[in-house]
Amino acid sequence: MATLIIVTVAVLFLGAILTGGYNQRFLDRVKNSVVWDYITTVDHKKIAHLYYFAGIFYFVVGGIEALLIRTQLISPGSQFLTGDAYNQVITMHGTTMIFFAAMPLFFGLMNAILPLQIGARDVAFPFLNNFGFWLFFFGALLTNLSWFLGGAPDAGWTSYTSLALNEFSPGPGIDYYVLGLQISGIGTLISAINFIVTVINMRAPGMTFLRMPMFTWTTFVSSLLILFAFPALTVGLLLLMFDRLFGSNFFDHSMGGSHLIWQHLFWIFGHPEVYIVILPAFGIISDVVSTFSKKRLFGYNSMVFATAVIGFLGFMVWVHHMFTVGLGPVSNSIFGVATMAIAVPTGIKVFNWLFTMWGGEIRFNTAMLFALGFIPTFVMGGVTGVMVALPAADFQFQDSYFVVAHFHYTLIGGTVMAIFAGSYYWWPKMFGRKLNETLGKWHFWTFLIGFHLTFLPQHWLGLFGMPRRVFTYNDVPALANINLVSSIGVIGMAVGTLIFAINILQSFMKKADASADPWNGRTLEWAVPSPAPVYNFKQLPLIRAFDQFWVSKQTGKEIEPAEPLGSIHMPSSTYLPFLMSLALFIAGFGFITRGFAMAAVGLILFFITMYIRSYEHDPGYHIEPEQLKGAEKEAKA
Amino acid sequence: MAQQEKTETMEHLESATLEGKNKVLGFWLFLAAETVLFACLFGTYLALKGRNMGGPTAQELFDLTLVAVATGLLLTSSLTSVLAVNAMNLRKLKGVIFWLVVTVLLGLGFLILEIYEFIHYTHMGHTFVSSAFGSAFYTLVGTHGAHVTFGLFWIVGLIIQVAQRGITKETAPKVFLSTLYWHFIDVVWVFIFTLVYLLGKVG
Repeated sequence: MATLIIVTVAVLFLGAILTGGYNQRFLDRVKNSVVWDYITTVDHKKIAHLYYFAGIFYFVVGGIEALLIRTQLISPGSQFLTGDAYNQVITMHGTTMIFFAAMPLFFGLMNAILPLQIGARDVAFPFLNNFGFWLFFFGALLTNLSWFLGGAPDAGWTSYTSLALNEFSPGPGIDYYVLGLQISGIGTLISAINFIVTVINMRAPGMTFLRMPMFTWTTFVSSLLILFAFPALTVGLLLLMFDRLFGSNFFDHSMGGSHLIWQHLFWIFGHPEVYIVILPAFGIISDVVSTFSKKRLFGYNSMVFATAVIGFLGFMVWVHHMFTVGLGPVSNSIFGVATMAIAVPTGIKVFNWLFTMWGGEIRFNTAMLFALGFIPTFVMGGVTGVMVALPAADFQFQDSYFVVAHFHYTLIGGTVMAIFAGSYYWWPKMFGRKLNETLGKWHFWTFLIGFHLTFLPQHWLGLFGMPRRVFTYNDVPALANINLVSSIGVIGMAVGTLIFAINILQSFMKKADASADPWNGRTLEWAVPSPAPVYNFKQLPLIRAFDQFWVSKQTGKEIEPAEPLGSIHMPSSTYLPFLMSLALFIAGFGFITRGFAMAAVGLILFFITMYIRSYEHDPGYHIEPEQLKGAEKEAKA
Repeated sequence: MAQQEKTETMEHLESATLEGKNKVLGFWLFLAAETVLFACLFGTYLALKGRNMGGPTAQELFDLTLVAVATGLLLTSSLTSVLAVNAMNLRKLKGVIFWLVVTVLLGLGFLILEIYEFIHYTHMGHTFVSSAFGSAFYTLVGTHGAHVTFGLFWIVGLIIQVAQRGITKETAPKVFLSTLYWHFIDVVWVFIFTLVYLLGKVG
């Protein structure tokens, strides 16, 4: 009840502030502040900043959790972090890194770059773009609040039942997991729809599908994966919530339920999810490799085809996470073969990158170094992937450190390295300044060496029989030594990330003086000033070729405009998505604390804001050609 | 020729602007996601439908007459929503409002029958917590019912909006999308009717 009162008061306060019940000066100050600007922005470039820094924040949080895990495992029988606390840390490490670090970091880069790459002024749904971010933000916040309010989830990031049911996880931890992921999942789904429609409907004239840069293509395919994978998670979480909150029996064997349902639903979502966070990485690497090799991407069409095939097969393989469940040899074989088939399109990609570099004029910038580090590291993760795809062998690898090593090679060696590559590559476009190259190289080498030192030995740990998710191990020399090496390696990754953080801070202390095209780029995002102006393109470009910007530079001509200089229509900022997300946050918190009145208030608030949105008439505003000319003169001076 | 062009633009008022086009495509994609959502619920239901744990079975519970009436109401409401869009493209404001109101009333009738049905079942000892079958049944059919409820609120909101603002390039996509959503709910119901009720009757 007390919480209900607090929430009501808070809502009244917000209502008073928003309707101008406070004095006008205060209201003006709020509305002109940077914070208000970022809360209400519908500009894809600003939303990109929000996603990116939220992602970096959670990357650091998840990294600290990893440090705690490796500190506990540094020696056998250690008492630093044991039992339930350890379970909470590993669960939140996985959940945070996948949902709250990798995905928002990609969404940040996608939002910043995708509209520019296809020559669009904005995404298709600017309002939903903002909404998607705040849903993610509040979902992540809700999940992480569990640390302070009753204990974090502790059933692993896969949250298998019956471990995750009330009987074995009586605290509120799993409830935070369920509601937090549900809210952020809705946000992810909305963002995915937004990107798909943007790519289909908003491309500049002449930008055909087969002229789109690879990063746009991979974003497109991974958005499609989100579209078809996330509803499975939604249903899984919904059923788990019903079982925990309302006493239903989906996963309760004694009442006729079945654990397998959770495993199927989770992995029908979960396996596409790993392609959701690796395909954009492929896109970044493709763009970076071709730019810094000064060559057209080798085998572009096969790259597109491979991306689509990986996306399709990604839905056909979820049972390989369940080989040891006992579904029988036939289904295990089919899913094993399907899994191995994915190695083919992935191999096509790897060879295409190599052939792009072959005979190219390679520049070893930080971005390119990360791309070069990515290729062999990811291939190693792919090879162990084929190994665990063999059902017979998987019975040995299952739940051992071999699997841990495998997926960290794909998720860090693949996803994280690509995010770093993309960050160094697109930093000038996102923020108008370059990151420091010397620090960048230190970042690369400490991170790469630290990473391999941490995870390469873990393959042997797994083969020696060390199970994952267990907080200690026997005092056997082999296990103790390898664990020690692995824990030392983490220092390298931590130092690397720290250097990256310093690099970011330093870049913001410098003047924003990056040129429009600092890397001698090929794709359309380098044709606009850095950082991109609010309207992106003064005139929409007319595209006649793949890598149009490069072609134009080679022929010494400007990109032809597709329209005369005219006034540009822009959407206006809005605070409604923030309120809607806040309402769902309140509802989620109500469900977690079993305060169903509060949950109802949250949901009602949500629907009221939806109605307000529907009745709102938003004409937007226009930027006139005279203003554009003024801005241009200013930029030149 | 000019006449033909005119009728063409009249037929597709909902996608006359880029914003409208985006909305229609985005909504189709949303329905794709909803399809996966219901597919997962159907899968769960089919896996658990035999687990009645000594409670009444599907065969004992379901009364096809009631369900047939409910089905009739919902399918008819799909037709009336088409008539509303038709009236919209002919710019007949009164027709739009009339047919949308009929749609809402039919949907409301369906919902009342469903609530009655649920109450009836709980009296027969078939509840949300009585067995895995009960949980799966109420979750699947209830999620559909929740969609119907949401659709009713949505369409009522649109009726008010269309009455205030008339048929414009802004309101037309909204009406069109709400009817798309309504058809989708209908299609899901057809599957529920088949896979839950008919299959439940034949065992």
